[in-house]
Amino acid sequence: MKAKFLVPLLLFFGLAGFLAFGLTLNPREVPSPLIDKPAPNFRLARLDQPDKTFALEEMRGEVWLLNVWASWCVACRQEHPLLVRMAEQKLVPVVGLNYKEVRGDGAISVRGMALEAETAMAVERGQRWLKEHGDPYLLSVMDIDGRIGIDFGVYGVPETFLIDREGRIRYKHIGPITPESLQGQIMPKVEELRRAG
Amino acid sequence: MIPELGHFALILALVLSMVQAVVPLVGAQRNSAALMAVGRPAAQGQFFFILFSYVCLTWAFIQSDFSVQLAASNSHSETPLMYKITGVWGNHEGSLLLWAMSLSLWTVAVTVFSRHLPDAFLARVLGVLGLVSAGFISFTLVTSNPFERLLPGVAEGRDLNPLLQDPGMIIHPPLLYMGYVGFSVAFAFAIAALLSGRLDAAWARWSRPWTTVAWVFLTAGIAVGSGWAYYELGWGGWWFWDPVENASFMPWLLGTALMHSLAVTEKRGAFRSWTVLLAIGAFSLSLLGTFLVRSGVITSVHAFATDPKRGLYILALLVIVIGASLLLYAARANKLMGGGSFSLVSRETSLLANNVLLTVASASVLLGTLYPLFLDALNLGKISVGPPYFEAVFVPLMTPVVVLMMFGPFLRWKDDDLLAEVRRVAPIFVASVAIGVGSAWAVDHLTWRTVLGLSLAAWVVLASLRLLARRLGERAGAAAGSRLRSITASWWGMWLAHLGIGIFIIGVTMVGSLDRHLDVRMKEGQRAELAGYTFVFRGAVDADGPNYDAARGNIELVRDGRVLGVLDPEKRVYRAQGMPMTEAALDIGVFRDVYVSLGEQLEDGSWIVSLYYKPFISWIWAGCVLMGLGGIFAAADRRYRRLAARDAAAAVGGRVGAAA
Repeated sequence: MKAKFLVPLLLFFGLAGFLAFGLTLNPREVPSPLIDKPAPNFRLARLDQPDKTFALEEMRGEVWLLNVWASWCVACRQEHPLLVRMAEQKLVPVVGLNYKEVRGDGAISVRGMALEAETAMAVERGQRWLKEHGDPYLLSVMDIDGRIGIDFGVYGVPETFLIDREGRIRYKHIGPITPESLQGQIMPKVEELRRAG
Repeated sequence: MIPELGHFALILALVLSMVQAVVPLVGAQRNSAALMAVGRPAAQGQFFFILFSYVCLTWAFIQSDFSVQLAASNSHSETPLMYKITGVWGNHEGSLLLWAMSLSLWTVAVTVFSRHLPDAFLARVLGVLGLVSAGFISFTLVTSNPFERLLPGVAEGRDLNPLLQDPGMIIHPPLLYMGYVGFSVAFAFAIAALLSGRLDAAWARWSRPWTTVAWVFLTAGIAVGSGWAYYELGWGGWWFWDPVENASFMPWLLGTALMHSLAVTEKRGAFRSWTVLLAIGAFSLSLLGTFLVRSGVITSVHAFATDPKRGLYILALLVIVIGASLLLYAARANKLMGGGSFSLVSRETSLLANNVLLTVASASVLLGTLYPLFLDALNLGKISVGPPYFEAVFVPLMTPVVVLMMFGPFLRWKDDDLLAEVRRVAPIFVASVAIGVGSAWAVDHLTWRTVLGLSLAAWVVLASLRLLARRLGERAGAAAGSRLRSITASWWGMWLAHLGIGIFIIGVTMVGSLDRHLDVRMKEGQRAELAGYTFVFRGAVDADGPNYDAARGNIELVRDGRVLGVLDPEKRVYRAQGMPMTEAALDIGVFRDVYVSLGEQLEDGSWIVSLYYKPFISWIWAGCVLMGLGGIFAAADRRYRRLAARDAAAAVGGRVGAAA
């Protein structure tokens, strides 16, 4: 056996080592450029009282979660019971960002619909959904056209942002929250931020 | 009940694949005819049971049996029948079953078409294929059982991913898998030859048609996939250097090198150890591609559900199959030295150079695909490698390949006079560059890329014509008809496939340089201009399908005051998953496509419309068709059948001799 004929084998083993290591990584875990940056400010109409607005800075001094949801979002239904339980145990305040309630729903066409009509429909749909599934939120605000979603870099629903006392985004969770991610990542970070402040 | 039968049949197939793996290999080692003879029926029985299992799974989809987990997640009662059938392979579990079925189909083809092979050799080939098959069927059964029940069943399924509900998707995966998996035959031949120590011209000749047919499937599969991406994704592109595309392109590059290396080994006995390594490499890259797609180590638009257990299993499979064959190679390769000698200027050298370049190209695609993973593993950050890297690496590597590809066939085997040959092709070369510069100037796009692309294309076309003229001139005095007939099918195959590359380059260059794109807001009655065409938006209407709601735009395509046609792109929302999809509309022409896709509707009732002008894009696929045709011609050469008959006679003679 000549040494040079072993070269392909050794190269392959090197590659296999990397592949094995690659299995332990999660390529989907993309760091958000917004982490540790001030959360984009917003002032939006409240879902429960559409004639009133709510602004991000009203949460200053609190460690809290911003949860992006919509009634058409199937995965939100999956995480919702957990949010309700979290609210019962008063773990951490959660503000809901109701995202593109009407135009995000593929089943509805907003062609030719006035913004007022769309808002009214969003209020009706959002409130009904919370009545059916329980309302775990401190309150929810309505991002009718998805503009605030763009500021936050939302590219799928649900997503959850952890925001600290100074209004900085400290963590972003993509997809539905699971009991594991709540205990493993979100709550430890919440505790840490509370202690720090 | 039927899903359970399918599950059971798959288990039986696994048992048979193990029999097929072990018994003939032992038989070949002990020279026992009885044990060796087990291979053939075991392989055929295995195919029967996999097919049965596959039909059972398809039945669950057709019947909308949503107590089967896979059908519940990938089908819907309103899905058209065609997409219920293709939905079987539009997911991880089903596509693995398809993988195993195509491997089994190739194995059966070997048992049918290789009657002339010596018994011991065939036994080893079947044994190796059985081992691979056992690995994949057990992977399917252990980690990804397609017959998993969902109890209690659900009333309605989640439907097939709408992106996959398309005619292109009906044929793309089967073609691609036939190509991927087809390299397993060349691989098994190489391993069998290494085991027996018999790596000669006959081995290369037996491998050649199998390799070529697998390559044809892979070429067709990649081309169809690229066409699907072009008209279905609605982005107007045809190749994205996505990891999954790369996973199919790497074996294609190495398979191309293998076909050419096999030619040298057959004709001249040279490059034997290199050819074996390529045969192992091409199949290894197919396996690696399967790993990359199935394990989720690389993010991709194609990513299926990821599960670390699956990744680990298939990685272990990879290490066993590739590691063992490379170890065998290391142990035996020094016996493969030698072969026909050749001088620096010869067809061998030009083929070797092309081989090396193709291998380097394949390695650089591999590097680009895995680079994010390497960096992440070494904790150097997260990056993604995009088209600029691949284009920067690929163009300089492929340019000499294309130049040599047309120069090589002019050279004689063994030794040739470089100066005389160069003098002969120099006028063509100069003319090609002139045509390249001239046509780039004519289309008003005088960049080095356009000039390079068009010059290379002209070089391929002109040199092909020159080569044909020379071939026809070889038998001076004979009638034209007999001159044409004297050319073998494999020569035509080479000629067509090389010409196909030229046509392909024209398409790629023209689309890359001259395509135009415009996103506009359009209201009913509004017009937009692009590349000399006028688009008149005539509004959008509802056009609901069986399992989706849609809006269909109506856009008149006008040129020079004449209406060329009406384009009707659709924006669909598939009900079951609430997933929006664009369905582009095309006006296809020989020299250009006009491509329109419908975007979002805005509050004021206007629509975002994407307009594309794609010159010569059909030439990309026409080039692929020519390459595929070339492969078919090459594989159908009469020579293989004639020599197969001779080998069969020799094998019978040998058996009689051994008995006596």
